[in-house]
Amino acid sequence: MARYIAKRLLVSVGILLIVIFVIYSLLRCLPASYVETMAQRLSQAPGAKPYEEWVQQLNARYGLDKGIVEGYFVQLKNLVTGNFGDSWKYAVPVWEKFTSVIGISFVMGAVSLVLELVLAVSLGVVAATRQYSRTDHLLTTGALLGISLPTFFFATLLKLVFSVKLGWFDLFGLVGRDHAQLSAWGKFWDMAAHLVLPIATMTFVSVGSLMRYTRTNMLEVLNADYIRTARAKGLPRSRIIGHHAFRNTLIPLVTVVGGSLPGLFAGALITETLFGIPGIGYTSYQAMVAGDIPFSMFYLTFLAVLTLLGNLLSDVLYALVDPRVRLH
Amino acid sequence: MKKEALSPGALTLRRFLRNRLAVTGLGILTFMFLFSFLGGLLTPYRQEQVFYRSELRQKDYAAVTENESYRYTAESADALLHARLTLAVAKGERQFEDRGVSYSLEDLGRDIYAVSADGVSVGVLHKPVFQGEGLNTPALVAALTAYASGADAFVAEGKTYRLTPEGAVLAGEKEVGYISSLVLQTVGQEPLTPGLRDRIFQVIRGQADSFTYEDRTFTLNYDAATRQQLVREETLTQVWDAYAAPSVAHPLGTDKNGMDMLTRLMYGGRVSLVIGFIVVGISALLGVALGGVAGYFGKWVDGVIMRLVDIFYCIPSTPVLIILGAAMDGMRVEPQLRMVLLMLILGFLGWPTVARLVRGQILSLREQEFMTATEACGLRIRRRIFRHLIPNVIPQLIVTCTMSLGSTILTEATLSFLGLGVKFPFASWGNIMNDVANSHVLTSYWFVWVPAGVCLVLSVLGFNFVGDGLRDAYDPKMKR
Repeated sequence: MARYIAKRLLVSVGILLIVIFVIYSLLRCLPASYVETMAQRLSQAPGAKPYEEWVQQLNARYGLDKGIVEGYFVQLKNLVTGNFGDSWKYAVPVWEKFTSVIGISFVMGAVSLVLELVLAVSLGVVAATRQYSRTDHLLTTGALLGISLPTFFFATLLKLVFSVKLGWFDLFGLVGRDHAQLSAWGKFWDMAAHLVLPIATMTFVSVGSLMRYTRTNMLEVLNADYIRTARAKGLPRSRIIGHHAFRNTLIPLVTVVGGSLPGLFAGALITETLFGIPGIGYTSYQAMVAGDIPFSMFYLTFLAVLTLLGNLLSDVLYALVDPRVRLH
Repeated sequence: MKKEALSPGALTLRRFLRNRLAVTGLGILTFMFLFSFLGGLLTPYRQEQVFYRSELRQKDYAAVTENESYRYTAESADALLHARLTLAVAKGERQFEDRGVSYSLEDLGRDIYAVSADGVSVGVLHKPVFQGEGLNTPALVAALTAYASGADAFVAEGKTYRLTPEGAVLAGEKEVGYISSLVLQTVGQEPLTPGLRDRIFQVIRGQADSFTYEDRTFTLNYDAATRQQLVREETLTQVWDAYAAPSVAHPLGTDKNGMDMLTRLMYGGRVSLVIGFIVVGISALLGVALGGVAGYFGKWVDGVIMRLVDIFYCIPSTPVLIILGAAMDGMRVEPQLRMVLLMLILGFLGWPTVARLVRGQILSLREQEFMTATEACGLRIRRRIFRHLIPNVIPQLIVTCTMSLGSTILTEATLSFLGLGVKFPFASWGNIMNDVANSHVLTSYWFVWVPAGVCLVLSVLGFNFVGDGLRDAYDPKMKR
């Protein structure tokens, strides 16, 4: 097992190095107007160096004066030593900005993952045990609808109904107008209320695939021989489903959920942007659109690391929960 | 009961058609295709046709003030005398002495008084004023005197002037000016015609607040602060018919540029569907080629291609698409070229899924007897892959492609919604919805964004239903 993990980690590092190179070359090809703008501003200060010198200095500072390959190694060294640079857009160190926004994204991700799991597993099991019934058709259609709904459309519909028509929640933002005057609990509830719609959006658009996955697995398990044996023994239906079938359904689910755990830190780019929640997704969206290379570089690398971790985690978990699986 | 023999294809079709959801999906897709492709031909409008509406605008035309103080017109005007005369009129005096001269006032009517000094007529004191040119003081006195008595002509310096009841002074046929206590100043450059002027005065006297003159509509507003009557003209101005509510001419109203929503929706459907197909086509082509090669040859070829797939899986696609979109914004790429680039990029990012699927299938198929048979028969490699292996992968491939058509349309829509995908003048369901970023549209103009969203959901749902049905139909092990 340890050997397998070590080997996988090594391969992952190799993949990561290439991905970082791809991301870096991509970002380097962007029209980097930031440096020019910055140099323009700095050169206009009284007694400042001329524009050209500032451009040179800034390019050297960000490693933009070197070729892509050379610049890549500079960037790589910075990433490895934890020097992520300063965000151009936010004018603070990238790490500082990241740590200040990651919390809310994690909370949103975690809450919606728990909701998703509860809904998906229970509904998936119900649909599977009553295959081809009206309930099953309804749930399957609902799941497909959830998969087919564009996040932005669903979010907008929620806004129209709950924010505009009913007036229960604010349209944008994480805190209300009177947030500063509220007590500690009031602040907590204020933020919680602002997160209801985003979390509902995130849950609804992703619950469908997990539910269908549960249903398929449950169906497979229900067709297995040991379930037939259990039936033949005359066990009550509830025990067959709840004890024998359900536990075995969980095996593939654990791997999927385990694999999605690192994704909790990735943030929900579209949802956060639509609701104006200052999480990592929204922050990165703004940085990317503004051509903020240090922040985008960091975020994309971070996402790549999360993906690799997720894959590794799901493979390892698969072996852990199912003794029949051998890793090599 | 005799059971007829059916080919595998016919069996699949039968299973597919028995699936209610799948048939619903097929129906939805047929409708969306007809709507987008046929609808675009049938609609009477073009996709970039802008509609206008005329809006009534109130344009300031003139300001009218009533002259409320007496003016003194005489050969030798004198401010002190003028004040004394005004006072006398106010007090109702008709005779008074001023600096040794005895003055007398004679009321001529219409707020005009003839002034005589020691019995000799010297001038007139008047509220109605003459506005115009070409009359000297004696002529003015004569004109005002004639106006007061309601005469229709007067003679001054050998010339005969005519006087209309409204107060216009005419030399021959030409108007030289007019007498009235109302003073009119036009706001614009347009010269004032006597007819319109007389009409304005008449309406003001009649206390009405609007009138029409030669097909033009004017309104009058009294401004108490400046004691002015503002004459405003109502003009029809052509503006974009933006956010027009649904009507017979525009069943789904118009968007912010005054374009017909339904037509935009149809053309948007074309763009979204075509992009979906091309993108999936590109990724299927790349995926089948690379996946097939990897699966068939195995060994290091497989290793290299699969590492490539791993790398592609690892690249965060949404952020990359956003960055590329922003970059294209920065470089001002033309909308047309942008659409092509978008398709290429999406297609290029999509192939690893297909490749992985094809490779997996081929790895298991390769070990089966029929492949050994092809090898034993000495078929060429290309023929073995493309004639015997790939066709067996096709069912799975079709299912995956149908599903990814849905997700590609969603991706494109999301990008266009963010303003980073398909750009105006081209419509796509995503960029039509882009307008909800404006909260006013979100709250008040549902017809601008709801139909686009519904089209999007229906199409994606249709693809998913069909894909699901196909999977069940191709896989007979999943017994009903």
